[in-house]
Amino acid sequence: MEGIYLDNNATTRVDPAVVEVMLPYFTEQFGNPSSLHSFGNKVGLAVKKARMQVQELLGAEHESEIIFTSCGTESDSTAILSALKANPERREIITTVLEHPAILSLYSQLEKEGYTAHYLKVDGKGRIDMDEYKRLLSDKVAVVSVMWANNETGSFFPVLEMAELANAAGVMFHTDAVQAVGKVPIDLKNSKIDMLSLSGHKLHAPKGIGVLYLKRGVRFRPLLRGGHQERGRRAGTENTASIIGLGRACEMALAAMEHENTEVKRLRDKLEAGILAKVPHAFATGDVTNRLPNTSNIAFEYIEGEAILLLLNKFGIAASSGSACTSGSLEPSHVMRAMGIPYTAAHGTTRFSLSRYTTEEEIDRVIQVVPEIVAQLRKLSPYWGENGPSAEPEKDFAPVYA
Amino acid sequence: MWDYSDKVKEHFFQPRNAGVLADANAVGEVGSISCGDALRLMLKVDPETETIQDAHFQTFGCGSAIASSSALTEIVKGMKLDDALKVSNQDIADYLDGLPPEKMHCSVMGREALQAAVANYRGEVWSDDHEEGALICKCFAIDAVLIEDTVRANNLSTMEDVINYTKAGGGCASCHEGIEEILAKVLAERGETFKAVPVKTKETAKPGKLTNLERIRRIEAVLESVRPQLQRDHGDIELVDVDGKTVYVSMTGACAGCQMEALTLQGIQAKLMEELGELIKLVPTRAGSLARATSQP
Repeated sequence: MEGIYLDNNATTRVDPAVVEVMLPYFTEQFGNPSSLHSFGNKVGLAVKKARMQVQELLGAEHESEIIFTSCGTESDSTAILSALKANPERREIITTVLEHPAILSLYSQLEKEGYTAHYLKVDGKGRIDMDEYKRLLSDKVAVVSVMWANNETGSFFPVLEMAELANAAGVMFHTDAVQAVGKVPIDLKNSKIDMLSLSGHKLHAPKGIGVLYLKRGVRFRPLLRGGHQERGRRAGTENTASIIGLGRACEMALAAMEHENTEVKRLRDKLEAGILAKVPHAFATGDVTNRLPNTSNIAFEYIEGEAILLLLNKFGIAASSGSACTSGSLEPSHVMRAMGIPYTAAHGTTRFSLSRYTTEEEIDRVIQVVPEIVAQLRKLSPYWGENGPSAEPEKDFAPVYA
Repeated sequence: MWDYSDKVKEHFFQPRNAGVLADANAVGEVGSISCGDALRLMLKVDPETETIQDAHFQTFGCGSAIASSSALTEIVKGMKLDDALKVSNQDIADYLDGLPPEKMHCSVMGREALQAAVANYRGEVWSDDHEEGALICKCFAIDAVLIEDTVRANNLSTMEDVINYTKAGGGCASCHEGIEEILAKVLAERGETFKAVPVKTKETAKPGKLTNLERIRRIEAVLESVRPQLQRDHGDIELVDVDGKTVYVSMTGACAGCQMEALTLQGIQAKLMEELGELIKLVPTRAGSLARATSQP
């Protein structure tokens, strides 16, 4: 069975054209790009081409601003830890409560090591208070890290404006843009963003390849030291095949940018409207007028996300959930909690994330299946009566919590 | 995705006794704060005989919460109340051919709903006696609250203590950072500083003069002697390998992922040490669940 894959914010399929350009670099083009002989030289040139392809997608001014890493998380850690090492006297760091664990876990570890971390709060749609942000910026702050688009809701943070403010205050600005790169136009040369992380497998390149964009002139301290690869900024022999695949994927993403923001967006809107029209007591979460074109996150009240996913999976539909139970952690999504979504809804949040491969038939099928699944689970729910939620759900069912 | 048994999947996809039981006279409503799941258990009890004639449930929760609820209703139907009270969370997990360690709290929630329903029928007030924390040790399903309480109650100060008292950290060792944090916190409360000492396997007892073959035979014999007990609880144990002082076993059936596994293994480990006259570390492998995982498409 082919299956309907609507979990593209988790990871994407590698485009066959990407695989094709990669294959020679496992076999005949196996050379080390650092080597002087012709085995290595050709590979070096191919890596250079890939770097320029990434540069173009990001709108970076120089190709040397592109540093290849192993993943988005490595790029994030490299950026933050570099800023701290470069500014040892600055002991405060800023981020938001909605960040990915790649940032939040690192920040919480840094707090244990004595740093003061400020987490910008958000409103019900996941928007930060810019005044709070402005108040926190000072010469004590080493770095600000704010995600470009949220992985769960797809909502954007105003990173361009925030980078301007940081720059004016003399503070380094990093953005985790793994969800945004390839889905929305980016023009770094005309921004004040100092560092940006991207991850190959979110845009139809393979897993195990990432990029840290480092604006020329931004002070930098490498995480990995060793050989002179990536101009000494990220030692370790290059993952050549994946770098070359990522280059091709970036080129394709740029070519598909228009499609992503028209056709993919249209299908996403159709999916969301179709489900919300048929399912009562459900709502889209996040800042719905200001988000990625491919993402819809719907909270289905009074039922739980893992149960929804298991039933969707039975119909061959892949999505993901902010429920506690799907992650192995015991907490429901920190994103939903931070936005103040009540827990009877937060546990039932389901994320549908499309790609340029998503078809109209697939969307129609999902619109057909989801209402059935929700109705089936609501029949089991203690918050649900004969034909709707019980009169006062929170009162009618008030379990003893242990 | 979770490593759910076929039985769990079956009870999730076709839950038994779901929905409202109109003439219920015993209702228990409990939730698990750790994951937000909640369950309403409805029983129809015959006042003459105190027999559970019917049982229904409504559950707000994940796949294993729904499956545990469904299993619970099947288990208790036809039981006398006093017997039903003896149903443990392990019985529920066993009925479902086991639950992943992270999901054992779903079966705990089932047992609690049952106790709450019986209390409701008898006009008593049910209160919960345990608190659940974040899961620290995934090998043995030990949570932070249990570790912290044990460290505090027994004045523990090293990783080795924690392993010996709770078994937490005695498996793959990936959770040692989390355990060290708990140790540091509790030690700070009593004005001490946590100092990391390497977990050492004491070299006091000599390996003895047993040949490898004799050792393995004796180990097999010990395992044979406990097997009937384990089988009574729908579980089993198999010897996987012996590497120096470490004996690797596979806990199968209901024993796999059981919350009591730690205690069971401690008992067997003590027997092995007694029998071999040397220090033995008994380590469960996850071979059973691995086999199940790889057999899935």
